[in-house]
Amino acid sequence: MKLKKRVPVIDQGNSLGFWGGKFGGNFVPETLKKPIEDLEVLFNKLKKDKKFINERDKYFKNWVGSPTRFIKLENLTNHIGGAQIWSKVVSDANGGAHKIYNATVHCLLAKRSGKKIICGDTGAGYAGKMLSMAAKKFGLKCKIFMGAKDIARQQPNVKAMKKNGAEVIPVYSGSQTLVDAVSECMRFWVANCDTTAMCVGSTVGPAVFVRICGWSTSQISRELKVQLIDEFGTIPKKLKLYNCVGGGSSSFGFWNEFMDYDKRQVEFIGVEAGGPKKSKKHAAPLTYGSKIGILHGAAQYVNQNSDGQIEETESISAGLDYPGISPLHCFLKDTKRARYTAASDEEALTAYKLVTKFEKLRPSLEPSHAFFVALKEAKKLSKNTVVVINSCGDAYKDRGILKERLGKKYVKSN
Amino acid sequence: MLNPISVAFKKAKAEKRPALLTYTVAGDSSKKQSLDILKSISKNADILEVGVPHNTPVADGSQIQTSAYRAIEKGIKINDIFRIVRDFKKFDKNKPIILMGYYNMIFQYGDNSFLNKCKNSGVNGLIVVDLPWPENKNFAKKCKRKSIYFIQLLSPTTTSKRLKKIIQNSHPMNYFISMLSTTGGKLKVSPKEIIKNYNRIKKINPKKEIVIGFGITDKTIGKLKSADGLVVGSAICKEITRSLNSRQNPVTNVGKLVRKLKNKIK
Ligand SMILES: Cc1ncc(COP(=O)(O)O)c(C=O)c1O
Repeated sequence: MKLKKRVPVIDQGNSLGFWGGKFGGNFVPETLKKPIEDLEVLFNKLKKDKKFINERDKYFKNWVGSPTRFIKLENLTNHIGGAQIWSKVVSDANGGAHKIYNATVHCLLAKRSGKKIICGDTGAGYAGKMLSMAAKKFGLKCKIFMGAKDIARQQPNVKAMKKNGAEVIPVYSGSQTLVDAVSECMRFWVANCDTTAMCVGSTVGPAVFVRICGWSTSQISRELKVQLIDEFGTIPKKLKLYNCVGGGSSSFGFWNEFMDYDKRQVEFIGVEAGGPKKSKKHAAPLTYGSKIGILHGAAQYVNQNSDGQIEETESISAGLDYPGISPLHCFLKDTKRARYTAASDEEALTAYKLVTKFEKLRPSLEPSHAFFVALKEAKKLSKNTVVVINSCGDAYKDRGILKERLGKKYVKSN
Repeated sequence: MLNPISVAFKKAKAEKRPALLTYTVAGDSSKKQSLDILKSISKNADILEVGVPHNTPVADGSQIQTSAYRAIEKGIKINDIFRIVRDFKKFDKNKPIILMGYYNMIFQYGDNSFLNKCKNSGVNGLIVVDLPWPENKNFAKKCKRKSIYFIQLLSPTTTSKRLKKIIQNSHPMNYFISMLSTTGGKLKVSPKEIIKNYNRIKKINPKKEIVIGFGITDKTIGKLKSADGLVVGSAICKEITRSLNSRQNPVTNVGKLVRKLKNKIK
């Protein structure tokens, strides 16, 4: 299996949509073949269309707010005493997380295809919140599917969705988390694909959704590349990019523009959710060697039992609480371009405490996983190594969990 | 030897009626009970579709999901399903059985091992909901080598060009999804419209048997009689749930429902 140079990774799949010949594809009911093909034709055309790109960039700049900040975490750097620690504060983006890029592009596509309704899934509630914002902006009706467990633990985002006029549909099946929300959303699309567009909230799902999402979040690394050159005059000799990985949209977007660099120069580190220390359950299929299986239309490494039933996951962060992983990351893992590891619930909380103690930054529980691994590794790295962590979400949505686990003092100033 | 599925269509044609296909989930609400249900309906059903329950079903509505989750909760495994089929065939060896499920379960078992097991336990056909054409070309070929029908799904969204290609490459039986819906949705198109679409597909190659499924109940089945076959699934799963909730015996209730369905198409 080989990664090609100078070809966008999203376009490295074969004619059936498989990366590396085996990840991704379109394992979908017959009813969805046509709408997916229509979306593919539209996307392939528009992604080469200058006018469309300009339109996207205009919304990214003026509405999403680009670029998001790239800042040095001086206090943490001094405290850790190893590599330089930097953060790309993607939570600056309108709505507070990277999910806005994919949501915006999907709404632009939906408008072009003449659809009046858009449906989407959400775990942490960010994908849903952003889709509700974009839908409102572009005059589309919006339906969000969300697991009942996630509705309970991510209330601030649920409130935001409703305020934007979206209908939030609770999903009670299975583990009542993201995996069930995506299934229910796909089922809704099966029954309504004539009138409704679907937005999959991460780089997962049938191949075209993986591609659209990766194309959208790549805005993050486009900005970062410019910011690095502004700061250092060049891409640093030793650069390490840490990102949490749920479905994989923020990490893929954070890395995409650096794909062709040698990994000894620009290393990618993906941090999955290891779950509670004491639990066997986790949401880290790449780290813990899960087998290839099919989930939500795509072949990928996925937590499952020997019969092929998808296994329940457990994580403190709703956004990472997903048994599968993007085919793009399976491909990056097997081609050894990226390295994957996991942080536990407790470790994420430790990192959150440390970051908020030293810096004016409040990463949500998802990026806190990445911070844990980055800070641990930074200690052993030289001063000329540049560590960058994508702070892709803000902790406001996690205030309930943080209060319960760490006490009031950690949410007060929100 | 002719596949029992084709024999069943011939028999129904001779009786000037569509074949009746039932769908029940293996292991719902227990291994034994699902076998007893198959036995109790085999008098009136021509072809038995047996669902392989999966916990992330992207095309099933709430009734079939409820049945599937119930079966999984009770611990049903693929090998149990093969055992159910084998035991059923001891009871009625000529009644055709079609397994219907999602590809991951086959993929984990291994295509070849799965098909060997199918062959040995007496499975006559397969429907794999999320393995569409052309992705299913290879797998369909493997089925053919084992004389197992791979049943292609056709939908209202399938383009004419695609319909022709799929049917050209298909085995003797195909399945037309009546409307844009997951299983068990209310019929949102009129039976007349469904039959019109069905006829359009049937014309492409009249030799292929085409069954209609999704949303058919005892209220609507009588109006779709001109098809080669009609599938009732969610209505049966719903009856199992209703029986369990009211502490009645699902085996006799489902038996009665299927007899009623049969009477409507005679
Ligand atoms: C803040 C945040 N980070 C990360 C994720 C994980 O998703 P992905 O891996 O697609 O970036 C989510 C998902 O909801 C999220 O809200």
